[in-house]
Amino acid sequence: MDKFETLTGVAAPMPLVNIDTDMIIPKQFLKTIKRSGLGVNLFDEMRYDDDGNEIPDFVLNQPAYRSAEILVAGDNFGCGSSREHAPWALKDFGIKSVISTSFADIFYNNCFKNGILPIVLPQEQVDILMEDARKGENARITVDLENQTVTSSDGQSFGFEVDPFKKHCLLEGLDDIGLSLEKSASIDAFEAKAGQARPWV
Amino acid sequence: MTGKTLYDKIWDAHVAHEADDGTCLLYIDRHLVHEVTSPQAFEGLRMAGRSVRAPDKTIAVPDHNVPTTIGREDPEQMTEDSRIQVEALDKNAKDFGIHYYPVSDIRQGIVHIVGPEQGWTLPGMTVVCGDSHTATHGAFGALAHGIGTSEVEHVLATQTLIQKKSKNMKVEITGKLRPGVTAKDITLSVIGATGTAGGTGYVIEYCGEAIRDLSMEGRMTVCNMAIEGGARAGLIAPDEKTFEYVKGRPHAPKGAQFEAALDWWKTLYSDDDAHWDKVITIKGEDIAPVVTWGTSPEDVLPITGAVPSPNDFEGGKVEAAQRSLDYMGLEPGTPLSEIEIDTVFIGSCTNGRIEDLRAAAAILKGKKIKDGMRAMVVPGSGLVRAQAEEEGLADIFKDAGFEWRLAGCSMCLAMNPDQLKPGERCAATSNRNFEGRQGRGGRTHLLSPAMAAAAAVTGRLTDVRELM
Ligand code: SF4
Repeated sequence: MDKFETLTGVAAPMPLVNIDTDMIIPKQFLKTIKRSGLGVNLFDEMRYDDDGNEIPDFVLNQPAYRSAEILVAGDNFGCGSSREHAPWALKDFGIKSVISTSFADIFYNNCFKNGILPIVLPQEQVDILMEDARKGENARITVDLENQTVTSSDGQSFGFEVDPFKKHCLLEGLDDIGLSLEKSASIDAFEAKAGQARPWV
Repeated sequence: MTGKTLYDKIWDAHVAHEADDGTCLLYIDRHLVHEVTSPQAFEGLRMAGRSVRAPDKTIAVPDHNVPTTIGREDPEQMTEDSRIQVEALDKNAKDFGIHYYPVSDIRQGIVHIVGPEQGWTLPGMTVVCGDSHTATHGAFGALAHGIGTSEVEHVLATQTLIQKKSKNMKVEITGKLRPGVTAKDITLSVIGATGTAGGTGYVIEYCGEAIRDLSMEGRMTVCNMAIEGGARAGLIAPDEKTFEYVKGRPHAPKGAQFEAALDWWKTLYSDDDAHWDKVITIKGEDIAPVVTWGTSPEDVLPITGAVPSPNDFEGGKVEAAQRSLDYMGLEPGTPLSEIEIDTVFIGSCTNGRIEDLRAAAAILKGKKIKDGMRAMVVPGSGLVRAQAEEEGLADIFKDAGFEWRLAGCSMCLAMNPDQLKPGERCAATSNRNFEGRQGRGGRTHLLSPAMAAAAAVTGRLTDVRELM
C-alpha cells in the first residue's frame, strides 16, 4: 500500500448529505475482477448524462476540480453497501482524503485499506473547509497525518482524531494481513481453545 | 461489576489477540463469500502465495449477478462480465477447497438466505461476508458484520478480522403490533426514527415483546436493515424459536453436540444490569404499515401520510430532500396512497423467505395484478422456491400475473438483466431506495411483501389493511 504522509491539494466541495456507495460507484461497474480502472466511473450517474457526455455542472467536471485530491462532503458519506469499489474508484480518480462530519463504518474502514484518509470534523469546521473548497483550484487544503491536522488555504488549522493503529499502517504503508499473520501463534492458540469449548463450530 | 450485553459476550468469546491500544483480532466462525466482492481478494491471496486458513468455515455462493430467468444455466443468458465473475468464483471455490453452491444446485440462493437455511449460521457465532447485509444473521444471536474486499482477503488468510469494539445500542419494540404491520414496518420505522447514521459506531440489539413475537424470518428482516440504520451489526438474543429453527439443519450440530451447544446458547442474552450507550424505545402499537418516499431508507412514512416538503427538514437534509423529490418525480402534499407504480419486486435478502411469500400470496389469492403491471417474485433460494411451489404459493402468484423466478438478488440491485428503466416506479421489498439502485433513473419505494402485493393489485401504493 502507498504511504500517506502530508497532502496539499485541491479540495472539491460536495455538500450533499448521505452520499451513498451506489452514487460513488454504481453497480454496473462492480463486475470487474480487478481493483484498478474505476476512476473514470467515479460518481458515474452524477457525472455523465445518458449518452455518456460529461455534465458540466458536476463538481469534478469543472476545470478547477478535475485534479482534486480531497473531497469535502456532507454528513454520512459512504453509507450503503460494503463495496470496496467505492474507495478503489476514489483512489483511481486521485482522491486521497475525504473530509466530512461523519462516515459510514464499513466505508470508513475500507478507505484505510486503500491509502485514503477519511477525516471527521465538527460541522462548523467542515463548513469552513467547504467554503474554502468552493474557491477552486487556488485554495489548496493541507492534510498532515503525522500531526493530525487539516489546514485551510488561509491558514486555519483543525486537529482531527484517528485510530493510532490505522494511522501507523497508513503512514508506513503497511499490509495488515502480513501484520496479522505475525500473530499466527495467538490465532492457533485461540483455535485450539475454542475448538474444545465449542466443537460444533 | 456490571453485567454484559449479548454483544459483549460474543465479542469476549472471540478475541484471539488484543493489542495494547485495544485493537483486536476477532476470530471468525463463518465466512460467506459471493462473486462480486471476492475476486480481488482471492487474487490478492494468489499474488502473495497465501492460502485460505479455514476452508471448512468458508462458504461461497453466486447470487448478485446471476440471471433469475428459467434456463439460466445457459451461459448465453449472462453478460460476459457477469459470467467472468461467476466463473472466477467457481474456480476460486475449487482451487481453495471451500464449500460451494453453484447455480445448478437447488440450495443456491442469496448468501444471507442460504447461510441460515443450511445451518451454517448459529447462535453466538461471528459471521462475516463481503456484503453489508450480513447483519441478517444477527437474528440468530450471531455477531454478523459486512466487510470490504480487503477484509475478505484478511479473513481468508487469517480467519480473523482486525476490529475495535463498537458501542452498545438497544432498540426496544414494546407491546404488540397491529394487524397488517410486519417486521419490515418495524425495521423501516426504526430507521425513520434514528436516521441512516443513527446506528453508526454501534451494534444494535433489538428486543422487546414485538421482536420476541416475530418468527425467525421476521427477525432476519429486522436485522437485515441494521446497516440502513448505520449499524454494522444487529442482534437478537436467541430463544426457543431460534433453537427450533436451527435444529436438524444440515450443518447444525447433532445429538450430544447439539445439547452442548444449547447449554451455551442459553447463556446468550444481555444481563439486566448491562450498560447501554444508547437506547431507543418504540411502541409496537404506534407502528403503521410504512413506505419510503425518497432516495434514502430514512425517508419513511406511514402509508396514510403524504409526500413531505423539503422545508419540513433542517440543515443538509433540505437539499437532499429536494433532490430526492426531483429524482422521484413527486410533489409535496401528494397522498402516498395516490402514487402510481408500474413495477413490483418481491424478493431480496430482506424479504425473500417463505414467510414473506406466504404474506404476499395471502393478499393476492384470487386476485389479479393491475393491467400493464410488471410484477415478479424472486425467491431467496432454490429451497424457498421449491417450498413455495409445494404450498401452492407459486400458483397464486402466477395466476395473479406475477413472474415466478429462480433464486438470486435480481432486481434488488439490478446487476443482472432485471432493471428499471428511467422513470419507472417500483414497489420493492428490498432494502435500498438509492438513486439508480434498481436501474438508472428508476424509482424505488420500499415496503413489506404484503404491501407490495396490495400495490400490485391496485396499481398504486396501497394501505394493505384495505385489502385484508
Ligand atoms: S438481495 Fe440485495 S441487499 Fe441482499 S445481498 Fe443481494 S443485492 Fe445485497
